[in-house]
Amino acid sequence: MNGRNTKLFVLRNTPVLLFLVLLAAFGLMSDRFLTIGNFVNIVIQAAHIGIIAIGMTFVLLIGGIDLSVGANMYVVASVLGLFLKDLPLPVSFPLATLLGLAFGAVNGWIVTRLRVAAFITTLSTLFVGRGIALYFSGNKMVGFTPQILALGRASYFGVPSAIWAFAAVFAAAYVTLSQTTFGRQLYAVGADPDAAGKAGIDVRRIVFSVYCIAGVCAAIGGLVSLSQVAVASSTFGLQKEFPVIAATVLGGTSLFGGRGGVLGTVFGAVLIQTVENGLVMTNADPYLYPLVISVIIFIAVFVDSSRTSILERLERRQIRVERA
Amino acid sequence: MSAQAAPAPFFSAHGLCKSFFGVQVLHDMGFSLHPGQVLGLVGENGSGKSTTMNILGGVLPMDAGRMTIDGTEYRPRNPREAEAHGIAFIHQELNLFRNLSVAENLFIAGFPKKLRGLPFIDRARVRARTQELLAAVDLDVAPATLVSRLSQGERQLVEIAKALGANARIVIFDEPTTSLTTRETDRLFDIIGRLRRQGIAIIYISHILGDVLRLCDDILVLRDGHLVGGAPKSQMTVERMITLMVGRTIEQMFPPRDPPIELGEPVLEVRGLSQRGMVKDIGFSLRAGEVLGISGLMGAGRSELARILFGIDPCESGEVRIGGSAVPKLSPAACMAQGMAFLTEDRRAEGLMMEASIADNVALASLPRFGRNWARFIERTRLGDEVARVSSAVRIVAPDQRRTLAKNLSGGNQQKVVIGKWLLREPRVFMLDEPTRGIDVGAKYEVYKIINQLAADGAGVLVISSEIEELTGMCDRILVMAQGEIRAEFARAEFDREAILRAAMWHGSKEPA
Repeated sequence: MNGRNTKLFVLRNTPVLLFLVLLAAFGLMSDRFLTIGNFVNIVIQAAHIGIIAIGMTFVLLIGGIDLSVGANMYVVASVLGLFLKDLPLPVSFPLATLLGLAFGAVNGWIVTRLRVAAFITTLSTLFVGRGIALYFSGNKMVGFTPQILALGRASYFGVPSAIWAFAAVFAAAYVTLSQTTFGRQLYAVGADPDAAGKAGIDVRRIVFSVYCIAGVCAAIGGLVSLSQVAVASSTFGLQKEFPVIAATVLGGTSLFGGRGGVLGTVFGAVLIQTVENGLVMTNADPYLYPLVISVIIFIAVFVDSSRTSILERLERRQIRVERA
Repeated sequence: MSAQAAPAPFFSAHGLCKSFFGVQVLHDMGFSLHPGQVLGLVGENGSGKSTTMNILGGVLPMDAGRMTIDGTEYRPRNPREAEAHGIAFIHQELNLFRNLSVAENLFIAGFPKKLRGLPFIDRARVRARTQELLAAVDLDVAPATLVSRLSQGERQLVEIAKALGANARIVIFDEPTTSLTTRETDRLFDIIGRLRRQGIAIIYISHILGDVLRLCDDILVLRDGHLVGGAPKSQMTVERMITLMVGRTIEQMFPPRDPPIELGEPVLEVRGLSQRGMVKDIGFSLRAGEVLGISGLMGAGRSELARILFGIDPCESGEVRIGGSAVPKLSPAACMAQGMAFLTEDRRAEGLMMEASIADNVALASLPRFGRNWARFIERTRLGDEVARVSSAVRIVAPDQRRTLAKNLSGGNQQKVVIGKWLLREPRVFMLDEPTRGIDVGAKYEVYKIINQLAADGAGVLVISSEIEELTGMCDRILVMAQGEIRAEFARAEFDREAILRAAMWHGSKEPA
């Protein structure tokens, strides 16, 4: 491996390397950090952000954005707590997920049919969604039945339920993106929507579907989070769009569409949670948490954006064959 | 082809009309195609060629008219329906997704599935079919290769493979050779010959009239949205096509070039310029009032050299002097400060703000010059006057300089806007990379005139072009590049198309093969 290849390797795998460096650093600072139990904990805590970020990955891949995922979580949680509380979970959870889908479909409809920019559309539905949920709940905390908490604490075949949900959403998303026509067309739309239209791809259908997927993922992520805390206060899901988008971008998905994938997103979500967990383990000042996390996100995103131009330069075809 | 009775047409179009915003751009267009026919379509930019093909390809709906395929009515509502009817449209700006592989690009509109009813892609079948299709167009790359790693010529072959994969019966080529090397063009023509032998009908649109004449069985000429002439190849000549296209005879393709007897001081001197893997030991000088051409095949390093000279790409060693003073560190800002201007080959991506007006585009590179007062406010009036002066000097044809957006202009006028932008800076050294690519005969002539005027005003002009005739027609001196080196130099008296081409095609050793 020569210098050029090393450089390419580092640039392509920045999040992974950053992750390993952080593991080593926190591991040296705290002997409780590098344990299997702690790592399982990290993944459980990362699950709801990771699931929503997987949905966000679809949106970013087509060059869109969804700022309303946190509001979607809150709407789903309050409707579930207020109106579907007495239904058994196998009925109420699918209904709640459908509600998330409907929320996403509204975004998709406004973006594709009314042709409003995604940023403005989802910013509006963020406030509308939170407003509706606050109105229904009367600005009070919404409580849930103990079954939900039991589900959150349950394990199947030794694996906690949150990780099952995370793994299932990831597997479905991964297969959809890499193995289906829809998935590959999504990358095409992200690269160049006009060209995709000319190539006979139904661009509108794909854009619409992507917001629906983001809505479903937001609902599932909300349910996972709910099963861990069992109450939905008026701040439930508030500002979740930030860690979600950060996890997605940290995982290498471009904000401009066409590049990235869900494997990286899972990584990004776990990475963010690892930092938070490491800070707790090393007894860092809680007021420093947001600062440290934002610095790490900045580094990763900075490396990512300079990566694009550096990769382009390194991978440029050479005209001359230089003899060594 | 022999004079046997022509097969019956399977496609026909009658009375096609199209208007945009109340302006009719296509009047009563009609033609027919039989299997294996190659139909040439020529006309200036804005004459209605693209509109016709967009109707055929389902990109635009027609206002009036009728098309039939095999006797049944054909009225595509979108490109997908056109494709389903066996019509493939290979656009000038290729419609490939650079972030996807060759195989994925071929099947993006519909992948073969593993099982009926399930959405999973059958990768093995995709790979096998891709290999078949690539073999059919003589393209030797792996199906998993990303399109971003292919050359322009290779990408075009991928587009053709895609058309074959869709079982196209009509393949429309819109300016397919503008970004191809001579050799790639020959290969394309071979493939087109192969397609016609398989009974595929071809519609070939090009500004390179010699190619049209060489390739097509029948030629249609459009002017201002009207079909003004149509004849078999045997009754067409390049002169006749030009006469029909412009509605008058053009005596010559190039304005007279009378180089000044006494050239001025050197305005650009380059010595020992090298960058690993790009260019090696480049040395030349350009004098005031001179038009210097750089010829070479695609990938010879011409554009790369220009980008290095303008400081966009780095260079490891070498000395560059602009206007007599050395530029220690090349950067676009330093080069512009020394009076250098650079017209890139890709005006859409690099040269033009598509959503801005003509005036804003022209003013862009000169704004600081009009903001030298205490508050750095832009002097709108003085700027407006200057922009108007430059716009009329380069003869941009548009309803309103301040309101018309760049994206609504024809290719030729867009190019003039970019040239105007740099002219406003009154450059001493002007580098133009493929200044006439994709623009029509009339606009080309005007670009040549602008270049002549620029040289007459005392600037040094460096022109990069793939068309040798263009360089021999307008330059005082030509440098030939191959593999990142300057291989030959020709003064105007020694211009010889064949010698230039031979110098460009040398490979490896210093001796001609």
